[in-house]
Amino acid sequence: MPINLYIFLALALFSIGVIGVLTRRNAIIIFMCIELMLNAVNLLLVAFSKMHLADSSNKAMQVVTNGADAQLFVFFIMVVAAAEVTVGLAIIVMMYRNIHSVDVNFLNRLKN
Amino acid sequence: MNAIILSALLGVVLMFTGIFTTNKSTIRTVATAGLLLLLLANIAEMNGWKLFEVNTRNMLVFNKFGLLFNTIAFSATLLYFLLSARDILKVGINGAEYFALIFFILCGVSIVSSFNTLLLLFLGIEIISIPLYILTGSDKRNLKSNEAALKYFLMGSFSTGIMLMGIVLMYGAKGTFSIDAALQASNPGREVWYTSGLLLLFISMAFKVSAAPFHFWTPDVYDGAPTVFTSFMATIVKAGVFIAFVRLFEYSFSGSGYDWKLIVSIVTAATLFIGNITAIFQQSVKRMLAYSSIAQAGFMLFALFSYNTLSREGIILYTLGYSLATIGIFAVLVKMKDYTFEGFNGLARTQPVLAATTTIFLLSLAGIPMTIGFFAKYFMLASAVKSGSHLWLVFFAILCAVVSVYYYFRVIQSMYFKDGAGATEEISPAFRWILLLMAGLIILFGIFPNMILNYLYF
Repeated sequence: MPINLYIFLALALFSIGVIGVLTRRNAIIIFMCIELMLNAVNLLLVAFSKMHLADSSNKAMQVVTNGADAQLFVFFIMVVAAAEVTVGLAIIVMMYRNIHSVDVNFLNRLKN
Repeated sequence: MNAIILSALLGVVLMFTGIFTTNKSTIRTVATAGLLLLLLANIAEMNGWKLFEVNTRNMLVFNKFGLLFNTIAFSATLLYFLLSARDILKVGINGAEYFALIFFILCGVSIVSSFNTLLLLFLGIEIISIPLYILTGSDKRNLKSNEAALKYFLMGSFSTGIMLMGIVLMYGAKGTFSIDAALQASNPGREVWYTSGLLLLFISMAFKVSAAPFHFWTPDVYDGAPTVFTSFMATIVKAGVFIAFVRLFEYSFSGSGYDWKLIVSIVTAATLFIGNITAIFQQSVKRMLAYSSIAQAGFMLFALFSYNTLSREGIILYTLGYSLATIGIFAVLVKMKDYTFEGFNGLARTQPVLAATTTIFLLSLAGIPMTIGFFAKYFMLASAVKSGSHLWLVFFAILCAVVSVYYYFRVIQSMYFKDGAGATEEISPAFRWILLLMAGLIILFGIFPNMILNYLYF
């Protein structure tokens, strides 16, 4: 399959994530949209990894590596995302305990 | 390498200290001694004495610039501990953990000052950010602190997502995460990926350093977080992210061929304008300092605008001057009972030392000669003039610096020329001496800035 299809898919997922973050008001859903953005990136990384592997057998292309480092990067993103989930859910729970809501419209006390 | 490994280890040591003792003075002593050790280890590395031999396969590069920056960041943190360690312990019951998180942040700072691949840039930025989310929300019962933590977390991880997309697109174009190799590799037909990746990376870094138009989270987060942690966030962390920003774009801009300077100059002008104009209208000194940190970020962006020798020297001086002054002001602010401008009324009569040192810090932030803030701004503007294009930006920056004098001097005016109680908490003599030491350093480096800059070359 041509690489462009993967790019379109990943960018579509990423855009859904971005739009979700900008429009939704529920902290948990915003959080899920951020995770969607990260996973779109993971998908694209794996696709690019395969693409560079294919390129490396083609002598005409000037390629530095065979794409293995992208597969490693995916694991790092997963670990960091897990750390972010731990901290983020703790913050959301802390807020829920105080105001019994996870609606980000409540986040306006600091404005004035 | 010394700094990265030691700071991570010291973070773990402090976590264990928290298990074995709840004695506050023990925790404080361990943290301060640990930081001193870290600082000495880093200075040892500057002199070529490595504690650990690690083959990083060119993923990390330790040059004088990065090591000097580490030294400045650690010294500023040491002063911050000496001034505010008691106040850190007052935030909540988990005193040792706050210090541990600060050490982890320092580990991230020393990674971003030496990264050479996009993977370590990403990890470094995340190691800085994640502990900061926790520190922002550490005052658990306070709704403002909760709100600041949630806002910071959502904005921070959103910009992380954007940054990752940028990194991946650049990887797609070049086939490597290494910055050196990426500059040599060229794949025709994929330039558009590289450029859009670079643009996304620029946007996400602008988010992290709170450059306009991505600054909107900053005042709320700085205002809501416990004041001691705002101090750390606005100084050492911000400078650390700036170093990453400068290191990254020093290499990447040059190869792209587009008129990046136009984009950077627009962002710089917007940051200067919004930061300075909004700061005028604030009633709370803490919020004014949050906007002033946006305005100062505008000046630091000049290092990105004109990447030459002068701008490298300038960013080092700026880091030092801005960190010293802001840490000092925040340490005084923590002791105030009232954070509004009126709260400072008559401080010169009740606490003359505090008022005098705060005046020196404010003069340095405003960039008055004889203070380090003057030379920091001078180097930044001189580097922009030397780079030759977009001279309107230099004039605009000077105008903004003049505007900034208004709101800094408003604090001085309240302290010296208005009547009031100037109520503060108990001030220990040691606190006064450290403030005096910091004010002395600001004037010393303001007269002899080469004392610092010589380390870059010898």
